[in-house]
Amino acid sequence: MACHLPYVWCAKRTLCLCQQTTLMRLEPRTSISPLATASAGLGAIAFTLVVCALLILWANADVFTAYGAIFTGAFGSRFAITETLTRATPLIFTGLAAAVAFRARLYNIGAEGQLYVGAIVAVAASMWMTNEAGELGLPVALAFPLMIAAGALAGALLLLIPTLLKTAFKVDEVVTTLLLNFIALLFVSMLLDGPMKDPTAMGWPQSPTLLADLEFSKLMRRARVHSGLLFASVISVVLWCVLSFTRFGLALRAVGASPRGAAFAGISVNATLIKVALISGALAGLAGVGEVAGRTGYVTLDMSPGYGYSGIVIAMLAGLNPLGVVLAAVFVGAAIVGADAMSRVVNVPTYIADVIVATALIAVLVSGLLTQYKVKWR
Amino acid sequence: MTEFLAMLADADFWVAVLRIATPLIFGTLGVLLCERAGVLNLGIEGIMVAGAFTGWLAVYLGGTLWFGVGVAALSGALLGVLHAFLVVRLPLSQHVAGLGITLFATSLSYYAYRVTFPKVESPPKIVSFAEMSWLPLPVLSQQTPLTLLALLLVPTLWYVLYRTPLGLAIRAVGENPHAVESQGIDVMRLRTAAIVAGSALMGVGGAFLTLAAFNSFFFNMVNGRGWICVALIVFASWRPGKALAGALLFAFFDAAQLRLQQSGGGVLPYQLYLMLPYVLSIVALILVARKAAYPQALMRPYVKGSR
Repeated sequence: MACHLPYVWCAKRTLCLCQQTTLMRLEPRTSISPLATASAGLGAIAFTLVVCALLILWANADVFTAYGAIFTGAFGSRFAITETLTRATPLIFTGLAAAVAFRARLYNIGAEGQLYVGAIVAVAASMWMTNEAGELGLPVALAFPLMIAAGALAGALLLLIPTLLKTAFKVDEVVTTLLLNFIALLFVSMLLDGPMKDPTAMGWPQSPTLLADLEFSKLMRRARVHSGLLFASVISVVLWCVLSFTRFGLALRAVGASPRGAAFAGISVNATLIKVALISGALAGLAGVGEVAGRTGYVTLDMSPGYGYSGIVIAMLAGLNPLGVVLAAVFVGAAIVGADAMSRVVNVPTYIADVIVATALIAVLVSGLLTQYKVKWR
Repeated sequence: MTEFLAMLADADFWVAVLRIATPLIFGTLGVLLCERAGVLNLGIEGIMVAGAFTGWLAVYLGGTLWFGVGVAALSGALLGVLHAFLVVRLPLSQHVAGLGITLFATSLSYYAYRVTFPKVESPPKIVSFAEMSWLPLPVLSQQTPLTLLALLLVPTLWYVLYRTPLGLAIRAVGENPHAVESQGIDVMRLRTAAIVAGSALMGVGGAFLTLAAFNSFFFNMVNGRGWICVALIVFASWRPGKALAGALLFAFFDAAQLRLQQSGGGVLPYQLYLMLPYVLSIVALILVARKAAYPQALMRPYVKGSR
């Protein structure tokens, strides 16, 4: 076929760059067999294990020892399991935050900032409710939900800004939510240097400690796993029900599938997006509340090693399904905790955890697509 | 006010502006190429990390500085191939694939750094690019050749996009891929080429940090510069000249906040100054959003034979 448009002048002749020579073509599958889905999942796992095995070999370590150490480090003992679940708790929240937003195609990449704002506001609420004697000035039954609501609201409001900019001025939310992460973190840093600095922290930027009455109760003795895990799991079930069985859930999915189509069906796209933003931001804020009230007790600037960003990965691994988010969060939490333990035994850097998660994400995305499409080679 | 005027009259200030702007120019031009072809590339943050690391490593292992730049471009291009495979060959979500690339490239670079240098206290150093003191121009003579390269790339890219058939095809494929297909051009190949070239530029932008701005590799050294480029391109309405202007403007505010922080220290918390460039980026986005001429096919996967 003749090539009309793109050529590059190259001395006296024209060089044709882009003649049509299709190597592969995708055809939608008419039916998706469960066997194909299962084998795609297994293929993705195998691919991830092989890629990371090569990287472990590069670090001059034994692959089976390293993988074994990761597994026992994540699931091998009571302590290991509780650590994995502790790590998974904020990841469930941020994963749900991403899943619900991405379902409506509201690309909230600002969960990291929302998490920090939720955490700092929870501490601020605790400070505000403290009386002069240094005790809780309100009944716990009132103060505890108030603290949780305050943190959730803070996250929701932070996401409301870019969402309103999107609905009112058509500002792309990907960029604004990303930029707000930096602004939120600097804002928290400012509070930790100023009005919310803990005077007893030896100059370290750290917030005062939350009142003990407001802490999430521990689920087990001698373990860090806290009731935030139950809270997160319940919310994921509730969210799944809302998405599957309610009018709002249907509207949300319709907006995600086709905003124009949803508008034709009489759904207010902007109102739906704003509601989704409030839910998503609140969930990310709850991740921060859970971390501060369940684990650390105070806010520091290294409180989250990118939980907000991991949430997006988790949501995608789970296929944006709230129930799957719990499993995906446990997987990511296990990778982090396991790699940490492994690096103490074998000489492999802990960054392997992020590589495992990233490779798994890409593999799952590709294999998921291959269950929907047939590849035709020529 | 007088302080502000004194700052503008100071040549050192403009040297700093140009130095801060350089990686942003590379990055924004890279994003421009991808988005003009209709593909969002959120992999930029990770590609810049990979470029910064591989370029620096190549020089550390004995390569010349320009070889390092080449290696950075190559690693960027390879990640571009991966991104193109995911979003052009396979119609995956461009947001998610891009974020996946960022996570993959960043973690792989950090992992590789730790494997190569298991126990180092202070980051190993290289001899970075020297200033071009031979140039008889005031501010430019205090810059490295990479800055000159970035500045020269702007008219080059403009020429390619607006004055060559190839550029016309790239712009068309971001607006109406079906029309391009009807001209007998392979949409997927063209998009792939644009992503690979754009990602190579992003890689060089990252390498500027390790080969010219600093002389070693640190964790978190890219620190959101890639995301800034994604914001700048909307502000620049996908035009090379305006992309340069946007990068310089952002760098101007960044350099100004550094100055203000030093001179007016203590009056306001320093975090407010650091916030300034990000806040202004959002304000700029709001101002241009209404008339932002997004490439019509941006973020729309092209499946052959479908409407």
